[in-house]
Amino acid sequence: MSTNPIRVLIAKPGLDGHDRGAKVIVRALLDDGMEVVYTGLRQTPEMIAEAALHEDVQAVGISILSGAHNVLVPRVMTQLQDKDMSHVPVFVGGIIPDEDVAALLNLGVEAVFGPGTRTGEIVAEVRGAVERSAGGASD
Amino acid sequence: MSLAKKIISGDRRALARALTLIEDGDAASERLLAELHAHGGKAHLVGVTGAPGVGKSTLVNALAQSVRLRGDTVGVLAVDPTSPYSGGAVLGDRIRMRDLAGDQGIYLRSMATRGALGGLAHATAAAADVLDAAGFDRVVIETVGVGQAGVEIAANVHTTVVLMAPGSGDDVQAIKAGILEIADIMVVNKADLPGAEQTRAYLRSTLMMGQSARSVAGRPQREQADAPSPGWEVPLLTTVARVGEGVDALMQSLVVHHDYLVGSGELDNRQRQRMRAIVESRLRNRLYTRLVQQVSQQRFDALLQAIVARETDPYSAVESLMEDLD
Repeated sequence: MSTNPIRVLIAKPGLDGHDRGAKVIVRALLDDGMEVVYTGLRQTPEMIAEAALHEDVQAVGISILSGAHNVLVPRVMTQLQDKDMSHVPVFVGGIIPDEDVAALLNLGVEAVFGPGTRTGEIVAEVRGAVERSAGGASD
Repeated sequence: MSLAKKIISGDRRALARALTLIEDGDAASERLLAELHAHGGKAHLVGVTGAPGVGKSTLVNALAQSVRLRGDTVGVLAVDPTSPYSGGAVLGDRIRMRDLAGDQGIYLRSMATRGALGGLAHATAAAADVLDAAGFDRVVIETVGVGQAGVEIAANVHTTVVLMAPGSGDDVQAIKAGILEIADIMVVNKADLPGAEQTRAYLRSTLMMGQSARSVAGRPQREQADAPSPGWEVPLLTTVARVGEGVDALMQSLVVHHDYLVGSGELDNRQRQRMRAIVESRLRNRLYTRLVQQVSQQRFDALLQAIVARETDPYSAVESLMEDLD
């Protein structure tokens, strides 16, 4: 395996203006040696997919606290597919009611992290998913 | 279709993949760069540098829009520092470049320095060449925040824009060597803040000193890659990048500088210096790699041990390693 840093995009879609959680994750991934592209607040699904494409990231993390995940996540997934980026694992973090998690996973989301998830667990999940997708389909 | 052909035909995903290969030092990247070389040499390469927090990303955001208004396309490389502890990096330039999203004529890529000093990543020059071959009319490179050193950008671009902000030091700071000397265009950003006029005044007097020194000293001593050329008077502009004020004037100034470079033959000069830097740095790396391959780890460790024990010295050790090569 190469020792090149994993590149990850952390994105905040929609209108909620709280990105403390996203920043904590950015920091945790940084401390694990990853290169983390942070988009900042209020991104559209189109902007997120474009950033993922331009930056050639190996994983995308979406932080949503607004409750609009059932609208925003499917759009991000569709946009990624349109840009031929559907092989990139997508993670969702934030306030996601338990009853919505299954639907998100069905859309192809790799994992959903709620409040209280340990950052170490998130880092390990991201690293694991990236290594799995690198071992499988590479182009 | 080969990756190079895809890049030339405007495939953004191929472009993004190629930049990753280059950053990662992938074996395929040299062949790719070799194939692309014949397609380059058309873009105007612009560097934007300055201390942390002076507004480089915000200015590049506004500048890229100004480039687009002229009908030109633009590729942006934004460099941020790699953590010396974890090897990771936070690449946050997209935050201030959100206005550039959704435009096919713009490509924006963040790069981490990955241990390189001097304000750029090792792969930045090659990445700029790829954007050039991909057909972007202008390629803008934003350095990490640099201060009195970090002048590597000048050897890698055609036009260097140095950004200052009010409150960034007195007139002694302004005459120190380094970053101010590499400016082709000087910009005081955040010109709406108190102290902007004072900063401007300091810079103006510094520039005047520099220009008189140049005209007295004449050309021969200033043949280095990063010295601005005689015959060009460095303009001092003011901007409020956040609201786009003064940015069109900066754009105009970039065009004028490019015309000057072409007209004076200085562009050829800078292209040659740029290519020389690329060749020399590759050569240095290859020779070093060959040395490392030929000298066994045991021999190296033994020499190191002897140096520590003061039985030999670093200078004689290097001499004897060099003899191994011949």
